[in-house]
Amino acid sequence: MTWVFDVLFGPFLDYGFMRRALAGALALAFAAGPLGVFLVLRRMSLMGDAMAHAILPGVAVGFLTAGLSLSAMTIGGMITGLVVALLAGAVARLTPQREDASFAAFYLVSLGLGVLLVSLRGSNMDLIHVLFGTVLGLDDGSLLLVSTTSSITLLALALIFRPLVVECLDPLFLRGEGRAGSLIHMVFLVLLVMTLVAGFQVLGTLMVVGIMMLPATAARFWARSVGRQMVLAAAIGSVASYTGLLFSYYANVPASPSIILSAGTVYFISVFFGPLGGLLQAARHAYARHRRLSQISERI
Amino acid sequence: MTGSVIELDQVSLGWRDRVAVRDVSGAFARGSLTAIVGPNGAGKSTLIKGIMGIVSPLRGRIRLTGDSRSQMACLPQLGELDRSFPISTYDLVAMGAWRRVGAWKRFDSSEHERVQAALDMVGLADFGPRIIGTLSGGQLQRALFARLLLHDAQTLLLDEPFAAVDRNTTEDLMVLLESWHQEGRTVIAVLHDLDMVRAHFPQALLMAGQAVAWGPTKEVLTPENLHLARHLCAGDYL
Repeated sequence: MTWVFDVLFGPFLDYGFMRRALAGALALAFAAGPLGVFLVLRRMSLMGDAMAHAILPGVAVGFLTAGLSLSAMTIGGMITGLVVALLAGAVARLTPQREDASFAAFYLVSLGLGVLLVSLRGSNMDLIHVLFGTVLGLDDGSLLLVSTTSSITLLALALIFRPLVVECLDPLFLRGEGRAGSLIHMVFLVLLVMTLVAGFQVLGTLMVVGIMMLPATAARFWARSVGRQMVLAAAIGSVASYTGLLFSYYANVPASPSIILSAGTVYFISVFFGPLGGLLQAARHAYARHRRLSQISERI
Repeated sequence: MTGSVIELDQVSLGWRDRVAVRDVSGAFARGSLTAIVGPNGAGKSTLIKGIMGIVSPLRGRIRLTGDSRSQMACLPQLGELDRSFPISTYDLVAMGAWRRVGAWKRFDSSEHERVQAALDMVGLADFGPRIIGTLSGGQLQRALFARLLLHDAQTLLLDEPFAAVDRNTTEDLMVLLESWHQEGRTVIAVLHDLDMVRAHFPQALLMAGQAVAWGPTKEVLTPENLHLARHLCAGDYL
């Protein structure tokens, strides 16, 4: 039996970088999953994507001015992320364009600008570093950043849980109660940008959305209530992080796409076998309905 | 008991470049039971949102006398609710306690009793654990009435409470609505069924972008006024 133990835990016991990778990915998954659940519930699944790209120009400017400095890139990412969120929201309010369309426009512009800025000075390696993260090379600073922001995000989510649920379910309800609604929306945006900025250190700007949305969309097939979906999303994200890292170690493939693909596997399993609207269940129901109907018609 | 709760002074309301309500003046008396009627697009819902403070007036003033907004509660149109949201009927009704409980206070046993009592009263006693997505339109409307019960507000605004609701539910909810009126609360409801308005509502406001008539229902719902309202609303599209 020891070989099973070795296969499952050996890499993490033998190598410090694997332990750091696991710690960083788990911290990220804990915060990202619950946030993703709310994005799905608000039908803003694409917004995570948009925001992840929106932080890129800021990260690039930080990179241009201070090299691969953690704090410069983090601050830059936070600033452009929030600016894009506010601008896209303003465009949606002031023009007839819908919010998802204006977010798409802004994130495509940000992506172009970000890639251009990074390649102004950096090599292709730097670009890949920013886009796909360095989960296998996390230093103390990055680990601290990810775990701190995740802790803050979880605590803040607990604090605003009740109004956030109300705001998603019945947006007009809180608007009759003063300014609480827009404040909650802002807090949520800040948490989202914060988690994405911290997460890009781990999985990169392109991949970080995966650990946010895939567990959340998968959780929907297993759990009914919002709270359970949030817990489940965090759990699925953690499992995906672990199996993804293990797979990347043995198959000798890049880590962050492996983690995302693990989460994707869980998603597809959920789509097929999930008890709440999964395909298998739908097929079984359809068959039962068909049987009942044919029995009735035989009797007639 | 006398005096007005809500006074409108030449109020105009609108969305973006469209003015939905023009120059409405008048007052809702305390304890009155008023139906707001009018063709589609007449600005009925916009007026409700204006009174709730969700839309601010383009011109004019909406004055709330006596009570502040904290004494008001609104029943939204079913379409404004995200019905796919995974929340139980119990929790939906419990939202009504917002002003007492807020974002952080504990939901104590007296509030739990209120929620169950409200569910009993609207005939959804056993529906608490059901996710709202599994409720029919009528059942959801009953749940929203239960939420209003929990508000315990003095002024109640209802936006199309009987749209997409079967007759049994309509009758049950109408009883509830009349009991609020008898308790001295001010009730304002947007309605489509003119027979129901004539039967149950002493006051009526006929809207067609502007206030066509406002007063005792018999004087408001005359054939001439109704014809004028239809004409005014059709004019918008010519």
